[in-house]
Amino acid sequence: METLTEVTWLPVCQAADIPADGGACALVEGEQVAIFNFARRGEWYATQNLCPHKQQMILARGMIGSTGEACEPKVACPYHKRTFSLLTGECLNADECSIQTYPIKVEDDVVYIGWA
Amino acid sequence: MAPQGTPTVVVVGNGMVGYKFCEKLLAKSTAFNLVVFGEEPRVAYDRVHLSEYFGGKTADDLLMAPTQWYHDHGITLHLGDAVQEIDRSRRTVHARSGLVQPYDYLVLATGSSAFVPDVPGVEKKGVMVYRTIEDLDEIKAYAATARSGAVLGGGLLGLEAAKALLDLGVADAHVVEFAPRLMPRQIDTAGSAMLQTKLEALGLKIHLSKATSHIGGEGKIDSLHFGDGSILEVDMLVISAGIRPRDELAKLAGLEVGMRGGIVVNDEMRTSDSRIFAIGECALHSGMIYGLVAPGYDMAEVVVSQLLQGARAFTGYDMSSKLKLIGVDVASFGDPFIAEPHSRSIVFEDAHSGVYKRINISPDGKYLLGGVLIGDAEAYNMLLQTVNNKIALPPHPEDLILGARGGEAEAGAGVMSLPDEALVCSCEAVTKGMICNAVTDLGATSVDAMKKCNKAGTGCGGCIPMVKDLINGTLTAQGAYIKNVLCEHFDYSRQELIDLLHINNIRSYDAALDHFGTGDGCEVCKPAVASILSGLWNELIVKQNVIQDTNDRYLANIQKGGSYSVVPRMAGGEVSPQQLMAIGRIADKYNLYTKITGGQRIDMFGAHVSDLPNIWEELIAEGFESGHAYGKSLRTVKSCVGSTWCRFGLHDSVSFAIEIENRYKGIRSPHKLKSGVSGCVRECAEAQAKDFGVIATEKGWNLYVCGNGGAKPQHAQLLASDIDKETLIKYLDRFMMFYIKTADPLMRTATWLNKMDGGIAYLRNVIVNDSLGICADLEAELALLINNYHCEWKEVVENPELRKQFTHFVNAPKAKDPTMEFADMRGQKMSKAW
Ligand code: SRM
Ligand SMILES: Cc1cc2nc3c(=O)[nH]c(=O)nc-3n(C[C@H](O)[C@H](O)[C@H](O)COP(=O)(O)OP(=O)(O)OC[C@H]3O[C@@H](n4cnc5c(N)ncnc54)[C@H](O)[C@@H]3O)c2cc1C
Ligand code: SF4
Ligand code: FES
Repeated sequence: METLTEVTWLPVCQAADIPADGGACALVEGEQVAIFNFARRGEWYATQNLCPHKQQMILARGMIGSTGEACEPKVACPYHKRTFSLLTGECLNADECSIQTYPIKVEDDVVYIGWA
Repeated sequence: MAPQGTPTVVVVGNGMVGYKFCEKLLAKSTAFNLVVFGEEPRVAYDRVHLSEYFGGKTADDLLMAPTQWYHDHGITLHLGDAVQEIDRSRRTVHARSGLVQPYDYLVLATGSSAFVPDVPGVEKKGVMVYRTIEDLDEIKAYAATARSGAVLGGGLLGLEAAKALLDLGVADAHVVEFAPRLMPRQIDTAGSAMLQTKLEALGLKIHLSKATSHIGGEGKIDSLHFGDGSILEVDMLVISAGIRPRDELAKLAGLEVGMRGGIVVNDEMRTSDSRIFAIGECALHSGMIYGLVAPGYDMAEVVVSQLLQGARAFTGYDMSSKLKLIGVDVASFGDPFIAEPHSRSIVFEDAHSGVYKRINISPDGKYLLGGVLIGDAEAYNMLLQTVNNKIALPPHPEDLILGARGGEAEAGAGVMSLPDEALVCSCEAVTKGMICNAVTDLGATSVDAMKKCNKAGTGCGGCIPMVKDLINGTLTAQGAYIKNVLCEHFDYSRQELIDLLHINNIRSYDAALDHFGTGDGCEVCKPAVASILSGLWNELIVKQNVIQDTNDRYLANIQKGGSYSVVPRMAGGEVSPQQLMAIGRIADKYNLYTKITGGQRIDMFGAHVSDLPNIWEELIAEGFESGHAYGKSLRTVKSCVGSTWCRFGLHDSVSFAIEIENRYKGIRSPHKLKSGVSGCVRECAEAQAKDFGVIATEKGWNLYVCGNGGAKPQHAQLLASDIDKETLIKYLDRFMMFYIKTADPLMRTATWLNKMDGGIAYLRNVIVNDSLGICADLEAELALLINNYHCEWKEVVENPELRKQFTHFVNAPKAKDPTMEFADMRGQKMSKAW
């Protein structure tokens, strides 16, 4: 069963503020959100900035990439290289808990985060 | 619970051999119900490598298999519960806990205990034996306060224990032996004498022909008294006077035991009761107790075969042995003592370097019968094979111990010529044929993979070099080419990729991925390709910042909590008072913690990411530049003060260090590079611990390469001696570029050299003699990198676009991460614990 929650789209920054194939952190409603511009695939992702491993505000500075046959998009934490799926937030290489992902869209070069 | 009718095998003793028996039986059959009793509080561990417990291995590291293994295989395990009685008529064993366990077959694997001679005073405090983990704990605790210690017994185990005393910091360590020489049972007189000299050089004091009459001290040992009236004062004593088979249980049950101990067994390892077997160090076969693990494993195999109606028998075992861990190579094989007229001996002795080798050959000169190796036992495996397989000797058998004279290399030659039946791993009974087949059929191309396939090398480990040679020999014979691919996105090794990117003039990660990779890349290949691109073109790395590891991306090392450190270059460790004041002022302004590093410069910690460009702007204005403390590139060239001040200095080491540091600064390499320049052999700059190090000599400079501190310290090796500065720089250029082009990602120079076929001799040939004819290219490529040098921080500071990347929040560039916290420490700040 799936529930669809109404989200409010909050404009956060310019698309050009986020480096291609990299990420940056934005302050959204007092929360730190990591925004990734997966330019190679023409996709955008947003997750929490906190790495659950050692509670570090860092994921936006992580390297992105993909893994496996299905090319699951992921981000690697710079500290100890825990990797997390950008689609589901699930930790892919350790027992860390999942990270929160957020809806994201880019319109007219503006990045919006879907806030519930 | 096992199904009805399943025969029950009870194993008494969960030591090395008892464990191996379970493992071997399970590998062949699950038709038995296995019940194991162990007297020790923990599951079987590797006694052979027990001394490594002092070297940092934990009890868990030493386990033969974790407790879970017994559970997973349905073995009923009773630990800390010794069997006290066997009721042979009822076929039950009675354990100390009161448990009564019926058996269909009983396997006694009770091992042995240390033999403690009947010397008055052995009960005193500070007198210990060397057999179990608990013994070692006791020794360790005791050694902590002991200034002097002795080992009673100069045999295989005694010497191992004596070395352990030294390693535990007992400075005054003695070995007391009753016989007139060391290791009387394994090596000959001349070999013993050489061994003694070498051990004395290690700091051990050796006392021979000493009969201990009593142990002195009030309740606690303070001295050893000998028959000749002499006295040795010691704080502790480890007795290693031989082993006593543990046959008490068997004796009580009326089984036949030997006069001097040991449970008598036949070739099927059956005791005088055919339902009871005995294996390992408690078994007496043809009047022999085997105090080694390999024969014990063979006995276990025999019992498994007997239980499964097989026909394997035990027919005695070779007592060849190679001593480990004592800092001197010692080996004896075959019959070490056999002499005229039954054999001819060839002896090689080099008192200067402490090498003694003896081989005994058959009178007709055709076969090798045995021998002794002291000081250099590299040939041990091959010689043992030559004896065991009756391999015909070459026309000049002395080559066996002298090697191909004049040449440095020629390692591993000949292993492929062994017969398939040759036993390579005697602990696990793995033959050459099994190893080669595992390579061809199962794809086991590394020692680890081999261990998983057939356990070769998991016992004493002595055969590992030979296993490696066999793997490589088989691969070469198949025409296989061994390569390390980067990751799932690039099916190329670093070396291949560097050539591809060079030839195709590829300058970005995306282009590399488009041409030679698949998928979207990852945190492994991105920095690896970044390093390759830098090693080829040395372009500004921040222009491709998203493929850099985090330290390179922000041109600073990240710390706990998300702050960064700032390290300006101080070539050669030289810094002026003005510069020191500038650092003090800037660190104070930005509230940074300051510390002198191990690399002779100053590190400022705790900078906010958004402050980094401002801090650097001020540093650059004071004449500083990036120290590349974050890069896989040259860190520091450490220097001693040298001839400008030091009364021993031969040349100006500071100036040379500065010159070298400035020449190679900023160049990216597979891993970081460190260097040092010392003004004389006193070596205050520790140049021999560096990736490349320079030491002044009367005639010029010596160049050392491929040293390492860090996790696995290794001394650098001499590449060239007494050369002038220009030659040295030329060699260094070549060395550096050769390393950049051929090492794997994150491989320091020491490991690179260790993996290089032919080692330092080969490297010297490439760098000094230009044996590959590539030196002109290497020099030109390196010159390009030097010409492209730029201070990365200067570029960032001056470029508003790049500067913008140094913020925590894209949408609030002035705001700092509010979660970042610091604590106070001795008047400065420190990062908050995670
Ligand atoms: C600051 C310093 C410790 C100090 O306060 O003295 C230091 C600090 C770090 N060292 Fe080191 N090492 C420092 C001297 C050394 C030395 C001694 C030396 O260079 O003379 C060694 C042993 C020598 C050697 O490398 O051969 C050393 C062996 C390591 C290693 C192990 C390398 C190895 O081959 O085993 C690492 C881990 C790595 O690089 O993968 C490491 C990694 C690190 C890192 C970068 C860990 C990290 O990734 O965060 C630390 C960064 C701290 C920071 O934020 O700046 N550090 N480190 C020293 C900086 C020297 C400098 O001025 O650049
Ligand atoms: C420091 C050291 C270094 C060594 N180095 C080497 C080497 O380099 N090469 C080599 O080949 N060999 C070496 N050895 C010898 C090797 O460890 C032994 O040959 C091997 O451990 C013998 O195995 P085992 O199972 O027969 O006896 P053990 O490993 O001694 O196991 C017997 C077990 O049975 C238990 N037990 C006894 N009686 C009972 C009972 N009634 N009920 C329940 N349990 C009982 C004991 O507590 C013990 O745990 C070394 C030994 C030591 C101590
Ligand atoms: S030794 Fe370890 S803890 Fe100390 S600075 Fe180096 S990496 Fe950090
Ligand atoms: S803090 Fe992220 S992996 Fe450790």
